Amino acid sequence: MHEIGIANAIIEVGQAEAARRTGSKLVRIGIRIGTLAGVDSDALRFAFTALTQGTELDAVAFEIQSCPRRNRCLDCDHEFETAIYSDPCPFCASETIALVGGDELDLAYVEVEEA
Amino acid sequence: MTVIPVEKKVLSENQRIAASLRDRFEERGTLCLNLISSPGSGKTTLLEETLGGFRPEERVAVLTGDLQTENDAKRLARYGFPVQQITTGGVCHLDGKMIERALERWSLDSIDLLFIENVGNLVCPSSYDLGEETKVVLLSVTEGDDKPLKYPSIFAKSELLVLTKIDLLPHVPFSMEQARANARLVHPGIEIVELSCTTGQGFDGWQAWLSRRREARLRRASTARV
Repeated sequence: MHEIGIANAIIEVGQAEAARRTGSKLVRIGIRIGTLAGVDSDALRFAFTALTQGTELDAVAFEIQSCPRRNRCLDCDHEFETAIYSDPCPFCASETIALVGGDELDLAYVEVEEA
Repeated sequence: MTVIPVEKKVLSENQRIAASLRDRFEERGTLCLNLISSPGSGKTTLLEETLGGFRPEERVAVLTGDLQTENDAKRLARYGFPVQQITTGGVCHLDGKMIERALERWSLDSIDLLFIENVGNLVCPSSYDLGEETKVVLLSVTEGDDKPLKYPSIFAKSELLVLTKIDLLPHVPFSMEQARANARLVHPGIEIVELSCTTGQGFDGWQAWLSRRREARLRRASTARV
């Protein structure tokens, strides 16, 4: 529902980063979305296309990397990926777990064509 | 072709504003709570009951967000505390800029406790930091006890879950036990209070949580001043 606003923010930050290289042309934007970010990849892709179509950004590729939920065991510091919230630590079986990843909404990189 | 690593938050502009708001709240000793739930879970009613329980000299204020209408601000203004409606005109969440703009009309020096009633929505508001001390998520018993699993993001990011409308429990297939368990699966450390604004049952649990957080905030402010 708010993916248009997020796509817009991605385009703005992407353009600003590419503009640091004078004369270069933006060809690809790569982002990372965590499963807990509350952002739907399909809706975001749709929004990105809708906003760039027919503009000078028409040909810019958009790459989304999905990030799983990552937990850290608070007893032994072991970090592990999981889709099931209740998973105990696979290393020491502790159930005292903290969320350390999975809420990413990051611009990872931009790719430019040098003039 | 050159790949330039960026490693920046997509919502970095919102993040920047939220950080500046957080600094201001910290500096002025304001406790800011961001209330989030589906439409109709009882955010406004909870705030009405809460404001109704405060002494008139308490320094409390409310920002309330909706797509349209001033209805909530009108309901909340009856209690004599400063209230501002933020109408987003279709945007499904509040963002930092909206809060910053609304606060231009108030002095934070005169606000100890600021409630932000977000737009009714369990999804989008969870992505936008408003500089709050914590998010508080409400879930009414008419919504279903599986909501924490279906909308994990907001439950993972809130320090408190308020289960509302518990007076309706005899009429709905809602398991409190299941709701609590689901919330703790997503967020093991989440605090939970259960209440009904209609009967008043459990309301003291919410008030006690609020007092605890306000006291902790005050203690932090006085330590910072020393």
